Amino acid sequence: MTDDVRRRVISLIVEQLNVKEEACVPEAAFIDDLGADSLDIVELVMAMEDEFDMEISDDDLTKIRTIQDVIDYIDKVHR
Amino acid sequence: METAETSQTNALEGKTALVTGGSRGIGRAISLALARAGVFVYINYRSNDAAADDTYRAITQAGFSAALLPFDVADRDQVHTGFKKIIDEKGTIDILINNAGTTRDGMFARVTEEDWRAVVDTNLTGTINCSRSALRSMIRARWGRIITISSIVAEGGNAGQVIYGAAKAGVIGLTKSLAREIGSRNITVNAVSPGFIDTDMTASLPAEYREELIGQIPLGRAGSPEDVAAVVRFLASNDAAYITGQTIRVNGGLYM
Repeated sequence: MTDDVRRRVISLIVEQLNVKEEACVPEAAFIDDLGADSLDIVELVMAMEDEFDMEISDDDLTKIRTIQDVIDYIDKVHR
Repeated sequence: METAETSQTNALEGKTALVTGGSRGIGRAISLALARAGVFVYINYRSNDAAADDTYRAITQAGFSAALLPFDVADRDQVHTGFKKIIDEKGTIDILINNAGTTRDGMFARVTEEDWRAVVDTNLTGTINCSRSALRSMIRARWGRIITISSIVAEGGNAGQVIYGAAKAGVIGLTKSLAREIGSRNITVNAVSPGFIDTDMTASLPAEYREELIGQIPLGRAGSPEDVAAVVRFLASNDAAYITGQTIRVNGGLYM
């Protein structure tokens, strides 16, 4: 499950943020490491919501900083 | 990124638009103008089926494309459902015209809560609801036009229209901040601010007041809905690719 989620999350990040897959290590932070701006984050969240058929609340959004945070979040929601 | 230089006159061909309050007055003229430019127009309206049918027929009988999409812009659930239908049918929403508006004129000291809520709900909250619902598709497409009809009252003020003026000024503020927020995604956000236009909304004004008002207009006449629609069509086109965050006044010089 987690591996599948990880693969799909990283593929979305590569596409949305136009970054290399190698940069998408678990501890990579979207804004500091991957060069995302706040609108990029919104777009990414919209894409995640579509991909995983869920809604991410703004409250939860503030807790998401790194790629691992996203994977953990999706795992928790889908469990 | 497309610029005015690379645009074609038929550049709106194949685009999809939603015109809120698109069945009557300025909204009807905008629906017709966009349809003639090759846009598929969803004509939104709330309650007047006859007027909506009439606008729909005027477009389709001339060989252009449109559909009716009734919902109340002030109701978030209805807005959501309406936009979902557009995306299901067309894939994208390219052009949003926030035109639905209402007035409940009267002296501010006597305005009831019901009246001011109705005016703010339709003019301001309706614009917020629809702009928000349109955004996802536009951001994804890296192309979009959000055009909101404001009013001369927003900038010039008018006794008896305190709430209306506040709501219409509100959409100018929305236009500017949203333009900054999503400019990087090639979405332009503009307002059009009509002056005294001949519509059902202004037909009820007393004749003397009307004449007095026209006397103050440098171009010496009331505007037509088509005068406003032409500017909206321009702003929707690629000719206006470099215009965003602006309020374009269409008022015959009544307010400068």
